Amino acid sequence: MRAKNSVFQNIDWTIFWTYTLLVLMGWINIYAATYNEQHQSIFDLSMSYGKQMIWIVTSYLLVWVVLMLDPRFFSRLAYPIYGFCMLLLVGVLIFGTEIKGAKSWYTFGGFSFQPSELAKYGTALALTYYLSSLGKKFQGVIVRINAFLILLIPAGLILIQPDTGSVLVYASFIFVMYREGLSGNILLIGLGAAVLFVLALLLNYTTFSLPFDLEVSGQTLMIIVVGIICVLVHQLFRKYKGVKIIIVLVFGVIAGYVYGVNYMFNVVLKPHQQSRINELLGIEHDPIGAGYNVHQSMIAIGSGGVFGKGFLQGTQTKFNFVPEQSTDFIFCTVGEEWGYFGSLVVIVLFLVLLFRIVIIAERQRSTFSRIYGYCVASIFFFHLAINIGMTIGLAPVIGIPLPFFSYGGSSLWAFTILLFTFVKMDSERMHILS
Amino acid sequence: MKPFEDRKFVILGIFLTIGLIFLGRLFFIQVIDDSYQMSANNQALRTITQYPVRGLIYDRNGRLLVYNEAAYDLMVVPSKVDDFDTASFCQLLDISDSVFVAKLKKARRYSRYRPSVFEKQIPADQWAIISERLYKFNGFYGEKRTLRKYPKATSAHILGYISEVGNSDISKDAYYKSGDYIGKRGLEKEYESVLRGTRGKKILMVDVHNRIKGSYRSGLYDTLPVAGKNLISSIDRDLQAYGELLMQGKRGSIVAIEPSTGEILAMISAPSYDPNLLVGRPRSKNYQMLQANDSLNPLFNRTINAMYRPGSIFKIVQALVALDEGVITQETRFQCNRGLIGCHGDHTYDELVGAIQHSCNPYFYQVYKRLIQRGDNTSVFKDANMGLQTWQERVKLFGFGVQLKTDLPGLKMGLVPTPEFYNKWYGENRWAFSTIYSNSIGEGELQVVPIQMANLAAIIANKGYYYQPHLIKSIGEDSVKRPEFTEKVDTEVDPKYFEPVVQAMFKVVNETGGTTRRARIDSIIVCGKTGTVQNDPWPDHSVFMAFAPMENPKIAIAVYVEYSGFGGTWAAPISSLMIEQYLTGEVLRKEKEKRITDASFLDIYEGKK
Repeated sequence: MRAKNSVFQNIDWTIFWTYTLLVLMGWINIYAATYNEQHQSIFDLSMSYGKQMIWIVTSYLLVWVVLMLDPRFFSRLAYPIYGFCMLLLVGVLIFGTEIKGAKSWYTFGGFSFQPSELAKYGTALALTYYLSSLGKKFQGVIVRINAFLILLIPAGLILIQPDTGSVLVYASFIFVMYREGLSGNILLIGLGAAVLFVLALLLNYTTFSLPFDLEVSGQTLMIIVVGIICVLVHQLFRKYKGVKIIIVLVFGVIAGYVYGVNYMFNVVLKPHQQSRINELLGIEHDPIGAGYNVHQSMIAIGSGGVFGKGFLQGTQTKFNFVPEQSTDFIFCTVGEEWGYFGSLVVIVLFLVLLFRIVIIAERQRSTFSRIYGYCVASIFFFHLAINIGMTIGLAPVIGIPLPFFSYGGSSLWAFTILLFTFVKMDSERMHILS
Repeated sequence: MKPFEDRKFVILGIFLTIGLIFLGRLFFIQVIDDSYQMSANNQALRTITQYPVRGLIYDRNGRLLVYNEAAYDLMVVPSKVDDFDTASFCQLLDISDSVFVAKLKKARRYSRYRPSVFEKQIPADQWAIISERLYKFNGFYGEKRTLRKYPKATSAHILGYISEVGNSDISKDAYYKSGDYIGKRGLEKEYESVLRGTRGKKILMVDVHNRIKGSYRSGLYDTLPVAGKNLISSIDRDLQAYGELLMQGKRGSIVAIEPSTGEILAMISAPSYDPNLLVGRPRSKNYQMLQANDSLNPLFNRTINAMYRPGSIFKIVQALVALDEGVITQETRFQCNRGLIGCHGDHTYDELVGAIQHSCNPYFYQVYKRLIQRGDNTSVFKDANMGLQTWQERVKLFGFGVQLKTDLPGLKMGLVPTPEFYNKWYGENRWAFSTIYSNSIGEGELQVVPIQMANLAAIIANKGYYYQPHLIKSIGEDSVKRPEFTEKVDTEVDPKYFEPVVQAMFKVVNETGGTTRRARIDSIIVCGKTGTVQNDPWPDHSVFMAFAPMENPKIAIAVYVEYSGFGGTWAAPISSLMIEQYLTGEVLRKEKEKRITDASFLDIYEGKK
């Protein structure tokens, strides 16, 4: 009895209540998004809101189970859980049911389960375990390759399904590695690569006329500009040894990357992904085709005004103008029915959750707990940024759920376990040293 | 401090930055930019217009002149149309295959999901047949509208017609939307704002497939249509129809007024047309047909738009002005000097009553001379100028040369020549009485609209005043009349001067030597005055104005029959029959009636062309 009490006494109630609020708000918005006159009860189990209620109730059971576990369970079983998840991912490629062109689901009777949601948890545990076992340093090529392999295996398996959105989530672990000592340049390089990618795509469609009747493609012009910058930088630092070689290398990489973007874009990405990116960058505009989802989603959110149209009064979401309105585009219902006020509350709640996780992570004495905390924050942050960003036209349409909001048992369960594993670790922080 | 702990600030900074970017973006699209609101309403809301019932128009005895009949617009939603037997559909609607294809294409171009009108204004009886089989044709349905319907084919010019609004109507009044109907002529135009009522609207929510999902905000922004007000006209439907019957085969007009109120009892412009022609689907075809018939000009309302020389009936005005100006007395006599101006009959030296009774031209030549050349100036030209100035002011008080404020749009003023008029024409000081004497007997430059002649008859019946002749007794059920119709307009002629004039008009009809005994009715004392307007080399216009009974007159009337002959021959008997019809409710003189209905002067006019 004493042990149980201490578990509940020590858990972080800020996280618990934020979680509870988000889950309940999600439920209400799913109800509004798929509201059906014939099934008005929010408890109607034949409707998605009724089912979501089951997922919520069972999530709280999971919370209880996770909190009851021995704290050493997570570190001891990190690799086994990871391995189990990888098996599920391999299995789904063989036994899975194909839904919308992707083999991502196990189906049992009326229920289906998406292993890639659980795989995030397994990967987070495995990466945490690996990084915390290194001691204080995250250095050396082998170490980095191993860490990336832990991410690469699930990412690769999910890419085969294919479920590009879930693959991209693994990029979020870059924050964790950064916190644990990965050079900050990696973030800058990542940012630079993204900027160059966008610029290269934008300039791909333009040609410039230069004096003397010269015409150059935008990409060529970009490389000329980079070249000039390189020469200037060389002039500034020429007294240092080896500067020339570094600058030539950097220039070569950038030039290759810029020309490579085109190739990657056209060969690696599928046509619908290409047009989603083009739509986002404003290269294409096709509100009834590729841009339909975002166009409708922005209409729904934008029409909400300051205080929204009111509960169940949303027309764009309720009447199916917005696609996937209970799953990937659930934020539209928030924006339409609750307005700017509602959007603000949701985003602030998520920020509170993220900040709380990071602050708590930093107070851990155990490296394992701290690294795991960053994993949780990074995953949530990535989902939040991509999901909401996509609904307001700031991110490409990538089908990943909004944590605690989007309809679906697999993701709710996975996010719940992910979060409360950390809450459990935190509640035991006085007892765990390693 | 743990290694790299500072980096938490970088990470938290990134979280916060993204959060703030999102909040900023949301602020922009939700609070600042309202185009999303409009797009949302465009997509999810459908405003259904609820058309009000257009007001009905009754005659003075509560009988309908125009009412509404259900008609149906056949609507189509192209996305719901599937394969069907186009041949039987075309047969049902009586349209050709190519018309069908063109119409469907047009609807598709407008919108695949929103309804558009496929066929307009299908009458109820045809609709009954169509609607029975409509279940076979998905995507088509009927929407109830109304059509104007006229129980008796009468009063076409008075009532006017409605038609679909044009771009100019829409730009003039924001109330109208494409596809609405608006009164274009007659009372429909004049009382448009009263008759049309107020549209209601219903806002419905639709889903992405355009299925109706219910009422928006439980109908908070919905409004009910307000029916247009009914009008009660002063027209006597039977009298009107009877007048139209009498005027068949003729060109001209009849206007009958109740003198004590100014209410118009009948207003006939011939040739007329069946108002039912300008309703519904055949409207444009019929309209073109009526317009093409321009030698008869059936759409032209002569009673308010035609201008004629008044002829001898104008002698009454001359007499009254002269008496009141004191240039003659009742006893003043003039020689019937046919050297000055032609005359007829065997009178030689009449006093006023006799001169009116015999319509003596030289007499009124002298009267007019006294009015124009009053010896106020030594220059005969300046004298005429002053005389004419006074004269035209007096004449305008009788409602001539001014626009009567009747409730029909587009009323003409006619013309009473002023000094300025002749100065422009002949030059200053280059005209005198000798130049303009034709006005004395209602010829010359005078131009009069038929309604003004009837108004003159009413003035005499009232002995000196009139009410603006008008067609609507009551707007709505509560007897509201326009205020200008209840204001007495005074001619400023002393009532005592009307006695000899009325006396003379009695003699015109009832005594031997009067110009028209044809207007006599045994049971009713009719007072009248003929006019014969010359049209060399074509036949004269026949003119007559009258009122009856002599004591306490109930009807004042003016009849103008173009190219028919002497005033006493046609216009007078028509007036007489009209008076009998109105005052007794039936016409017993069937032979007289037959003589009129059998007469036709259209070919004479055709010959003129």
